[in-house]
Amino acid sequence: MSIINIRQGSLVLVDAAKVQSRGAIYVAQARIRQMMKWIWMILGIAIANPVLYLISVGIGLGGLIDKSVGSAGVDGVKYLTFLAPALLAQAAIQGTMDETVFPTLEGFKWHKTFYSMNSTPLTGTQISYGVFLTALFRAFYTVVLYFIVMWLFGAVNSPRAWLAIPTAIFAGASFGALMQALAGRLEDENIFFVVLGRFVMMPLFMFSGTFFPLTSMPFFLQWIGWISPLWHATELGRHLTYGHEVSPTMVWVHFIFLGIMLVAGLFFSARIFTKRLAK
Amino acid sequence: MSTPLISARGLTKKFGDFTAVNGIDFDVYKGESFGFLGPNGAGKSTAMRIIGATSQRTSGTISILGKDPEINGPQIRAHLGVVPQQDNLDMQLSVTENLYIYGRYFGLPRKFVKQKVEELLAFAQLEEKRDAKVENLSGGMKRRLTIARALVSEPEILMLDEPTTGLDPQARHILWDRLFRLKEQGVTLLITTHFMDEAEQLCDRLIVMDKGSIMAEGSPATLIKDYSSKEVLELRFGSDRNQAVADQLRSMCERIEELPDRVLMYTEDGEELLERVYAANLHPKTSLVRRSSLEDVFLRLTGRTLIE
Repeated sequence: MSIINIRQGSLVLVDAAKVQSRGAIYVAQARIRQMMKWIWMILGIAIANPVLYLISVGIGLGGLIDKSVGSAGVDGVKYLTFLAPALLAQAAIQGTMDETVFPTLEGFKWHKTFYSMNSTPLTGTQISYGVFLTALFRAFYTVVLYFIVMWLFGAVNSPRAWLAIPTAIFAGASFGALMQALAGRLEDENIFFVVLGRFVMMPLFMFSGTFFPLTSMPFFLQWIGWISPLWHATELGRHLTYGHEVSPTMVWVHFIFLGIMLVAGLFFSARIFTKRLAK
Repeated sequence: MSTPLISARGLTKKFGDFTAVNGIDFDVYKGESFGFLGPNGAGKSTAMRIIGATSQRTSGTISILGKDPEINGPQIRAHLGVVPQQDNLDMQLSVTENLYIYGRYFGLPRKFVKQKVEELLAFAQLEEKRDAKVENLSGGMKRRLTIARALVSEPEILMLDEPTTGLDPQARHILWDRLFRLKEQGVTLLITTHFMDEAEQLCDRLIVMDKGSIMAEGSPATLIKDYSSKEVLELRFGSDRNQAVADQLRSMCERIEELPDRVLMYTEDGEELLERVYAANLHPKTSLVRRSSLEDVFLRLTGRTLIE
């Protein structure tokens, strides 16, 4: 086998302008290749999660609730219909969080792979967008799988139920972008995970109007929902899937809140990545 | 001479109050192998990161392939192959995958990269490990893979930061051989090292750095000629006696260096000097005559050894 072919040289081979326009996609392709190493575990969790939730909360608790509220329903519908948009959004949030926080820590700290990417024509901004795109992809298939499981459980009983899929992904994207920016600044991740898990993720999940309308909580706790992407996405999801009452103004508020969070997250994450790589 | 590929003037990098690189000037020409020699903390890696167009200078000017890294970072990086001090390979992926994704980062077509990966596996002698996870490779293999990875885009300039630190002698020689081959193909090499033998083996020209500044510049041979004598006589009298005899020895040659474990005597003829030492009734426990090396140059310039 001939070992050294004729050398053409990077001046002939490499087109920096091409990388400038497609760099984030190259990063995402590499990230997806990495994700494939864990894909069975990810899919396993993505399926087991809704199965367990739907059995315990949906059938167990839901059955109880539906029986006691009778035909009035929760917010006018069966409990599962009420719950579904929130669970979908929560799954998206969890997925994007895993797919932004861990790769960012790995890239900057654990294996320093971002530094190797940055020694190619790729920029910090492209690396941050590439990681984010991959997280979005994971949110997408996680939510779709979740939705399929729900449908199999007979929990999809509105013709517009699928509209909760895009609102869920929207919430995942907004939260993921912000988490990615935060993870980009982390030097010591140990405390971060403790705080994030116990004092951020848990309250957001419990107090975002997930299992009951936000208005049934004491007023002084309702602010947790207002700043939670989960609540905004859930409200939108409920509005779209079964006509939960949301004023047109509030529809805009929900969209704009999630939109601002997304844009700000992406902006800061690109900036933080660029700065940290150049240090 | 033609215009330099890399040209720096007054290059300075500060981190807060600490000056890592302190106003250095140098030029690197096409096809040459240029070295930064100095102990850990001399500012070599910082200088490399600035040339690598990832870290920005605090002041001074630098041009790489005719471009300013502050403005044209990606356009410069498109033509560099970077081997960092610490291997930053993707541990989850296989040997082949690491090479492949890196090639794609340069926007190279899939077909080209696939072909190139085969060539690089042979170059790095990793064909049998092609599907192995990087996690499971030995240190030498990882190093060779990092170097192979840097070559996937056929860079104009290959930058190696301490390429053989932590490798056993055999792995070092394999690596040196590979670097020679690249040089023969016209690749410009930029190497930092704190091993004088490596600098002597690999570099056409080098700068000796200490505490962020350039102490001397030239080819290994000229540096040795300018800053040291032809030969060195190393004597060991035992750590308690080295100092006691030093004064007597000093009068016998141009220059001596007292180190904790031995005395170095600089001379044009080591054997002749050794005879005179014996004639003066001084009996060292061991003696060694050797050629002067870059280590002696560094000792002369800074009063310290390279590896402390």
